[in-house]
Amino acid sequence: MAEVSVKNLRKNYGAMEVIHGIDVDIADGEFVVLVGPSGCGKSTLLRMIAGLEEVTSGDILIGDRRVNHLSPNERDIAMVFQSYALYPHKTVEANMGFSLKLRKMDKAEIKKRVAEAAEILGLTPYLDRFPRALSGGQRQRVAMGRAIVRDPQVFLFDEPLSNLDAKLRVQMRTEIRELHLRLQTTTVYVTHDQIEAMTMADKIVVLNGGNVEQVGSPLALYDRPKNRFVASFIGSPSMNLIDGTVREISGGQATLVLGDLTVTTPTRPGLTEGQKITLGVRPEHLSLSNAGLPVKVRVVEPTGSEIHVVFQFQAQEITAIFRDRHPLSPGDTVHLALDMGQLHLFDGATGNRME
Amino acid sequence: MNPAFQGLLTIIIGVGGCVGYFYFSNQILDKVLFPPRGKNAGRNINRANAIRPWLFMGPAILALGLYLAYPVVETLRLSLTDRDQGGAFVGGANYAQMFQDDKFWEAVRNNFLWLLIVPAASTAFGLLAAQLTDRIRWGNIAKSLIFMPMAISFVGAAVIFKLIYDARPEDVQQIGILNAVYLQLGGESPVTWLTVPFWNNLFLMVVLIWIQTGFAMVILSAALRGIPEETVEAAIVDGANPFQIFFKIKMPQISGTIVVVWTTITIVVLKVFDIVFAMTNGQWETQVLANYMYDKMFRANDWGVGSASAMIIMLMVTPILVWNVYNARKEMR
Repeated sequence: MAEVSVKNLRKNYGAMEVIHGIDVDIADGEFVVLVGPSGCGKSTLLRMIAGLEEVTSGDILIGDRRVNHLSPNERDIAMVFQSYALYPHKTVEANMGFSLKLRKMDKAEIKKRVAEAAEILGLTPYLDRFPRALSGGQRQRVAMGRAIVRDPQVFLFDEPLSNLDAKLRVQMRTEIRELHLRLQTTTVYVTHDQIEAMTMADKIVVLNGGNVEQVGSPLALYDRPKNRFVASFIGSPSMNLIDGTVREISGGQATLVLGDLTVTTPTRPGLTEGQKITLGVRPEHLSLSNAGLPVKVRVVEPTGSEIHVVFQFQAQEITAIFRDRHPLSPGDTVHLALDMGQLHLFDGATGNRME
Repeated sequence: MNPAFQGLLTIIIGVGGCVGYFYFSNQILDKVLFPPRGKNAGRNINRANAIRPWLFMGPAILALGLYLAYPVVETLRLSLTDRDQGGAFVGGANYAQMFQDDKFWEAVRNNFLWLLIVPAASTAFGLLAAQLTDRIRWGNIAKSLIFMPMAISFVGAAVIFKLIYDARPEDVQQIGILNAVYLQLGGESPVTWLTVPFWNNLFLMVVLIWIQTGFAMVILSAALRGIPEETVEAAIVDGANPFQIFFKIKMPQISGTIVVVWTTITIVVLKVFDIVFAMTNGQWETQVLANYMYDKMFRANDWGVGSASAMIIMLMVTPILVWNVYNARKEMR
């Protein structure tokens, strides 16, 4: 096991730079999730750590070793691919033992290690089968087994659950998490699904356009997003962002104008009169009231445990989550109160959080 | 009439006839025999649909029956008769006579040599070319060049190689490139390569390998492209070197295609005739079965032994053909 650290890492494809000097530190035994929209560079970063992509500049360290120019095999990592990448012509046992066989390990030892991994993953009855005779979840487990038998310093996962159906995905999420608790191996996990990131990670790295937007624990990211991008990316349904301006600051209170509405909130350092701002409020921090945002109901989506309601507020959409089953129907006009203690303020120009 | 017009006319009549046949036969079926109207509309549609495949297949079945199935039966009959006795039935006499002919056994031996070497070499070179040209910028140009001999007829290729193997008297300038190189490298005197027993078989095989490598390369190249890239990356992470990736990850995944290519070339090899006919005509111990058949049938005018050797070729091809079709269908699934 080892810590991984990425220092000022850049990646160019021809003249185009896709990763613009990233720094990430991953502690020994930590479960880190790289998350971001498509094309943000998360998979490229993972593949650079794996050694499948060349580093343009910067350093990658695993343990204390600089691994920039080492082959994937010499880095002592194991990778689980999105499509599982099982060898179709090998049995489950041969798939799992292939890397050990290449290392010329003793046959009995290989058998023992594969048997142990299969036991952990519940694959023992399937060792003689070929991948084509396995279900998606079982293939996924074989791919993990292939990683486990090597006992590597770092596990790398590249969107491993995106080919599974929704139910199995939730189940495998838990299994991967349990496996990590058991093995305590440093893990880097790539996903575009922020729920996967929230539920699995010790630490989330949010990437966007080849830059790190924010690094932190899932709840830190949720409660105090560093900028508008993270605010809108983390959380589902995502945070409501309403553009406005600061009208007046006096006596420690700032008055914000959001279209026809004014809101008063404790001021923050750096806030000036006339400044453009974005007010952020999570769907669960809205409630029905007699005064507040005047909104019109557009869509009501019951999930059973709660209802999601999409409202029209002036020119934009606002989503709210209610635990109570309010009898709302499309076309109704109601008022929403904001939970004043849970408001997020972002600078209108830079998008950065203000507090 | 100008031959060009005759050719054009043939194409128009042939293609037009086919189109016309399918159009009108279907019209008659749908409009006259079983119109989808009236009391039995549903039953008529079912009947028309049951008959339609036969309309499409009919001409092909007739043509194949006439030009493939009937000749097999006729050849079998001829192989059991004797021309000199006015076509009288002689049982296995032709076969017995053939089995005592040294030339026949020479042809069988040579056919086996061809069978062992040509498919193996063509497939191996094809696979090598496919792998080496896979990721390079000028790979497609290289592939086109390697594929080009496929467009040359066997006789044309034979003529080209006859020039390569050509030998001129010692004091004259050599036009055969092989002798030119040989003399340049210190050879004593020009060699008439095609008359050197045993080795001349290999010189003939080179022609077919040269042609078939392109075929193998194209098919195997497509198969290599079909291998999921992630399995290769997984192997890299697992610590496989390029040779291990090729032999342990890539080749097993295209084994089905390799078998299809191999058997397809094997069938071509068993039928090989033109190259031997045009280059040595079976002299100097280069006889093969197809050329032996031609010799007996049309030069010696002995239809009995000629047909008997044709039957032998068919017996050798059939099992390989069955295996080939079986594997090709498995690949398609």
